[in-house]
Amino acid sequence: MTTNPSLARHPAVDEWLSFDTDSSVVVRSGKVDIGQRISAAVALVAAEELDVDPERIRVAERETGRVPDEGYTSGSRSMMESAQAVRLAAATARRHLLALASRRLAAPVDELEVANGVVRVPGTNRTTSYWQLAEGRPLAIPVDHQAAVKSPAMHRVLGRPYEAPGLTGLVTGTSRFVHDMMLPGMLHARLVRPPHGRARLDELDRDIESRLQGAHLVRDGSFLAIAHPDEWTATQLAARIAAVARWSPERGYDAGDIAELLVTNPRTSLPVLDGAAVQGLVPPPIAPPADAVATLTARFQRPYQMHAPIGPSAALAHLDGDRLMLWTHSQGIYPLRESIAEALGRDLESIRLIHAPGAGCYGHNGADDAAFDAALVACALPGRPILLKWSRADECGWEPYGSAMVVDVSAGVGPDGRVATWSHDTYSDTHGARPRAGAGGIGPARLLASRFREPALEPPRARPSIGSHSGLHRNQDPIYEFPTRRIVKNLVHDLPLRTSSLRALGAFLNVLAIESVMDELAGRAGADPIAFRLRHLSDARACRVLEVAAGRLGSKRKESGIGRGFGFAQYKNASAYAAVGIELSIDEGARVHLHRAVIAADAGEIIDRQGLTSQLEGGLLQAASLTLYEEVRYDAFGITSRDWETYPILGFDNAPEIEAVLIESPGEPFLGVGEATIGPTGGAIANAIHDAVGLRLRRVPFTPEAIRAAALA
Amino acid sequence: MTRVVLHINGTAREVDVDPSTPLLYVLRNALGLTGAKLGCGLEQCGSCAVLVDGTARPSCVAPVVQFEGAEIVTVEGLVESNGPGAVQRAFIEEGAAQCGYCTPGLVVAVEALRRRRPVPDEAAVRAVLAGHLCRCGTHAAVLRATRRVLRERGM
Ligand code: FES
Ligand code: FES
Repeated sequence: MTTNPSLARHPAVDEWLSFDTDSSVVVRSGKVDIGQRISAAVALVAAEELDVDPERIRVAERETGRVPDEGYTSGSRSMMESAQAVRLAAATARRHLLALASRRLAAPVDELEVANGVVRVPGTNRTTSYWQLAEGRPLAIPVDHQAAVKSPAMHRVLGRPYEAPGLTGLVTGTSRFVHDMMLPGMLHARLVRPPHGRARLDELDRDIESRLQGAHLVRDGSFLAIAHPDEWTATQLAARIAAVARWSPERGYDAGDIAELLVTNPRTSLPVLDGAAVQGLVPPPIAPPADAVATLTARFQRPYQMHAPIGPSAALAHLDGDRLMLWTHSQGIYPLRESIAEALGRDLESIRLIHAPGAGCYGHNGADDAAFDAALVACALPGRPILLKWSRADECGWEPYGSAMVVDVSAGVGPDGRVATWSHDTYSDTHGARPRAGAGGIGPARLLASRFREPALEPPRARPSIGSHSGLHRNQDPIYEFPTRRIVKNLVHDLPLRTSSLRALGAFLNVLAIESVMDELAGRAGADPIAFRLRHLSDARACRVLEVAAGRLGSKRKESGIGRGFGFAQYKNASAYAAVGIELSIDEGARVHLHRAVIAADAGEIIDRQGLTSQLEGGLLQAASLTLYEEVRYDAFGITSRDWETYPILGFDNAPEIEAVLIESPGEPFLGVGEATIGPTGGAIANAIHDAVGLRLRRVPFTPEAIRAAALA
Repeated sequence: MTRVVLHINGTAREVDVDPSTPLLYVLRNALGLTGAKLGCGLEQCGSCAVLVDGTARPSCVAPVVQFEGAEIVTVEGLVESNGPGAVQRAFIEEGAAQCGYCTPGLVVAVEALRRRRPVPDEAAVRAVLAGHLCRCGTHAAVLRATRRVLRERGM
């Protein structure tokens, strides 16, 4: 069992939970809610272990200094880290409190009963409660990593229908997003961004401020913002300033073919062994066996793609005396605080970050950059709360994109009908550029505004991530059992656009490629695609999800033109298992219509059934959007995908019916599912298109133009 | 500045605003109704939708003066005395919100569908919802919630 980094950093029970005098239990998680319902999950886990009703659990607001530092909320690790830590803390607390109760009630521990936090000796009137036992004091005892947790048969809360408390506020419009916050004396701030990342502000009419109707212009080098008490006025003024600002140089990006740049630019190449990138020599190419019955070499491509949250990023900042308060929807309040403190040259303790809800996207969008932007404006206007919002064009034009990628796979099937050789090269820029303090000022340099301030910080050169399934080599090493494999990651440098973590990182294209090739090899070897995969799998849980998904999609419908395809992966070869089946058709306009989707997933023990389902479905729909619609467009002068018309995403007109089957694995560790369906969905769509019209598409997005081009090729 | 009278959620509200201000900014800043959200400001995403005389419409572009005399209902106005309204309850039951940023606009759109006579069919549902974007992938759940509402309505 790998150690839980959250518990290693926060080893005491009282860091995770406490018993408040008002008979509630306060649970503290350092993972933030981004739509994945982690608050609901930790509340349920604590309720179960403690035998307290979920209504009595309060999940603390995420604020630096008040909740555990659990780094970034990413990589589908919230359940494995935070929920697991809370579970063990609760089990330790329960054992400790029952030992106290045993003394107080003069009865052996195993005779005590707990109901909603009340401890009693059955058949007597002797009772006490957790709150009486804790006496309002923190439980300063270490979390026992081996603490016995309840056996699944004893569960009364987990996996049962449960209404997440946050939903009511969301559907009635009463939840407060950071965008909705309002403080006395607050100013609304808007940015005026350069046309592209290399542009500098040359000229701004010196008198412009005097003509700006009580607005405050904040300038630091080429960082430019406007603040005004009225939001609509601030929006209009930003547009007016943008119209008169002069920037140079005109050209900023190399708009050449990205796939070409990916395979020709300077790169750092590392072998991947057992899923982990290691320092060492890149192995030479491997040839398929001489007696191969089928061979295949294929290149898969993905352009830059956006996180594209529905709400542009925002933050509220207030420099009050020497204390800077910052409300942000960043996924990592602690690492962001360190980076901002370093960038501003301020003492860490003088900055407080509080997580406030933002629009979801599952990745590193503009949240962190907007927080720094707001902090800069607030520091220039001390005492005034600053609510800074990016515009739609700011978000589309300046978020750190999901990396463009090229994947080259070549494989050979031996006479026994099994894959004998497998080679997989992935070429991509970094998938991990969240601000994180580190050597050489890397934290500040990863904050967008640092490029515009005076003196400007150059964006740091990415270094290849080592370790298991990180970055561009996530799910690059297939879970299938292949006797000879050669896996190489290639971190490519000097690419045009800024990139970071988009849901599932490299796993999206890696899995899409693996699943497409498996499907095609099955066809060439004359095997059923599901049976062919099963031939290369011995993990029973992996086989099960594939079989269930295949069974649920059912046998092929009679109508012609309907295509069906599957995709499968175990996220990071270590987290949740997911198989996706897709049924689609393609019309005369070469548009793909998604009819039906099935998901079979095994995520270990189930905590919040509805939350789990929505993560799986949401992953499928986001991946369908990435696969069919999305591509960041740019030219030498800047990003041209600036709104929903120039960056279309999947809409309700093409959302399939989804059936998600959750496979019960009681007693198994929780496995994160946030990203589990991303790669399998891409593979399933590619395979279903082939099934429908016989075309193998290998460059996402599979737009009508791409389908027509493939048909003519 | 101009005095504008708006009929919102059954009440007449007076505001002094620059008449060119889009309705959304007035709702959110002058009236404290922050349920409707700004997603694009371009009438492309539907996160700012409100009911205007029973039809779901974006509020992020059209100036507030154009809404004088209209009956405006925001997502907050769909709450009933005993709690969330029918559409809101269906969204809760189906778990049809993740981050929830797009949700108020969708709730309003489904409410408009619920009020239609005859009960709209699947194609009409899809056509109305096509004006709304969601990044978290709640589409399937929203469609289930919508069918649940229309089923109840049809009975
Ligand atoms: S904010 Fe009005 S439609 Fe997007
Ligand atoms: S629930 Fe997040 S955008 Fe729809």
